[in-house]
Amino acid sequence: MTTPQHSVARPRTTAPAAGTPAIEFAGVLKNYLSHGETVPAVKRTDLAIAQGEFFSLLGPSGCGKTTTMRMIAGFEEPTAGTVFLDGKDVTHVSANKRDVNMVFQSYALFPHLNTYQNVAFGLERKKTGKDEIKRRVGEILEIVSLTGMEKRSPREMSGGQQQRVALARALVNRPRALLLDEPLGALDLKLRQQMQIELKRIQREVGITFVYVTHDQGEALTMSDRIAVMNAGVIEQLGSPREIYEKPASRFVAGFIGTSNIVDGRVERVEGGLGLLSYTAQDRVVVPVEDAVRSGDKVEVSIRPEKIDLHRGVPPVTATGGSVLSGTVTEVVYHGTSTNYTVATAAGADFTVFDQNASNADDLADRGDRVYLTWAPQHSYMIGV
Amino acid sequence: MKNRVKRQLAPYLLVLPGGIWLLIFFAVPMITMLSLSLQEGDIVNGYRFTGHWQTYVDAISSYQTQIVRSLIYGAVATIILIALAFPVAYWIAFHGGKRKSTYLFLLLLPFFVSFVLRTISWGQILADEGPVVSPLRSIGLVGDSFHILGTSYAVIGGLVYNFLPFMVLPIYVALERIDPRVVEAARDLYANPAVTFRKVIFPLALPGVFAGVLMTFVPASSDYVNSAVLGSAGTTMIGQVIQAQYLVNSDYPTASALSFVLMAVLLIGVFLYARMLGTEDVMKVAAR
Repeated sequence: MTTPQHSVARPRTTAPAAGTPAIEFAGVLKNYLSHGETVPAVKRTDLAIAQGEFFSLLGPSGCGKTTTMRMIAGFEEPTAGTVFLDGKDVTHVSANKRDVNMVFQSYALFPHLNTYQNVAFGLERKKTGKDEIKRRVGEILEIVSLTGMEKRSPREMSGGQQQRVALARALVNRPRALLLDEPLGALDLKLRQQMQIELKRIQREVGITFVYVTHDQGEALTMSDRIAVMNAGVIEQLGSPREIYEKPASRFVAGFIGTSNIVDGRVERVEGGLGLLSYTAQDRVVVPVEDAVRSGDKVEVSIRPEKIDLHRGVPPVTATGGSVLSGTVTEVVYHGTSTNYTVATAAGADFTVFDQNASNADDLADRGDRVYLTWAPQHSYMIGV
Repeated sequence: MKNRVKRQLAPYLLVLPGGIWLLIFFAVPMITMLSLSLQEGDIVNGYRFTGHWQTYVDAISSYQTQIVRSLIYGAVATIILIALAFPVAYWIAFHGGKRKSTYLFLLLLPFFVSFVLRTISWGQILADEGPVVSPLRSIGLVGDSFHILGTSYAVIGGLVYNFLPFMVLPIYVALERIDPRVVEAARDLYANPAVTFRKVIFPLALPGVFAGVLMTFVPASSDYVNSAVLGSAGTTMIGQVIQAQYLVNSDYPTASALSFVLMAVLLIGVFLYARMLGTEDVMKVAAR
């Protein structure tokens, strides 16, 4: 087939060259037409997902993560830009001719086919030999622990089992990449946690690139090699789970991933790479800043609730090298392993503090108590620049 | 104790009104009709029960042409109905967007006019002087010997027209219930649009087709209005014969016997059809 190629910079090769991304977006954007108005679903995006990577697209509903995935699958054509699979331009290739498979939200199993027929569907379309289909379906059913369920219809299976059929149905084709659209959303908590571990194991076993769409930050953090946090059609941050958690690039990321306390302020002084924000004579926030930051600059600082120490009296001198904020406890919630406090601080913002319930359980503060929050300089993080 | 008795009785009490209704308006007439079919006599001297089975034999041998014709007309109309209704239902279900109910309403709109009136209007449309045949004749495309009204085409056409919604609606309901993601899953698993239709959409719509066939074949085969209004002597259907025997000839035994024969034939046909393509099996067959 000699298709006219739009600006293909890459040679067409059957086997992907080492270092060629499994999936690549070059200037991809997608607009929808709604009541005669153009609504951007995904704004101009460049993205490269490596071979064998567990990659998550994380964001609230309507952020563009599903549209992004559907453009990889071939269900949506980008308004502009190019989509590459293994270095090949597939922008205008329809879904049935793309070597990626999808695990749908709520599974979308064929209700009129049994487990075996569901799993064999893709191989049959590719005209794979009967014996090979049999062998490969058997293999994959073993991997997803469904051996012996071949004759069951989807209706006769639990949510967790249907989920495994959906996974097997996609994986059996040995796609270049597996796309998973909120695959665990319909399962209860226990099963979901179990499937998270299972998915990770399966991904290691088959070595296929996984692209995982979710709005559940916990899920994304536990499973991913890298996460792209999306908001309003834009990837706000792309990085490892640790980077995204410890160093949120924007206020949105800080708020969306876990719980964050965010304070605004002007830098009063910069000294040895640390900026100082003061609110009163004693209340101050110390934050590592980049070289470009000068005194007088307005900054946003994020602090994770588990990094903060809560003191009922004036804090010991050792703690005063870092940040100190005084405040009043407005809420105490006991969680078993920890106690969560809400504290109205002198910096103006309400702070959430997670206090591990260690041995000194008698050290609990009550609602209305005057307390001091302290944390080390490296636990302050300046958002964005 | 009393409460428990009440609770156990509740289902029976609930079924009572419907049960009595069925008893009075279905079971009693059936038994009356059965007894009538085995009576002898005439309208002047009255009928007496004699257990005369010969009426059945005579009725079948006299009217087997009409019985067979009715089944053929019904079957042909049903096949044409599937071919016409499926694309309509498909289009409304998958491309109707927000206007689905409007389209369904438009489909049903002609059926707010009485069945007989509609059929008579069809008769006028298909008549030799009507807007179909007369232009064809005047431009010389067909000769003077060409007719539509009075032919089996007109009768089957009328049946198709009158039963269209009963085929479209069940197929529409079946198609409407298909999860669009299941269709996408087929595309994702390398099925092109044609294969997706054959392997996924059509098998999932089969229960609707099955229901549609039941709802059209049975009444179409026993219909007498279309053949009376649009047909001629050569297109007489069994419903017409039964009607004439009852209301014109007052030959109640023959009319009753023919009714039972028709019912038996249709019941056996439906039973065989259901056995062959029961909804559960429909899916398994399609899966191969």
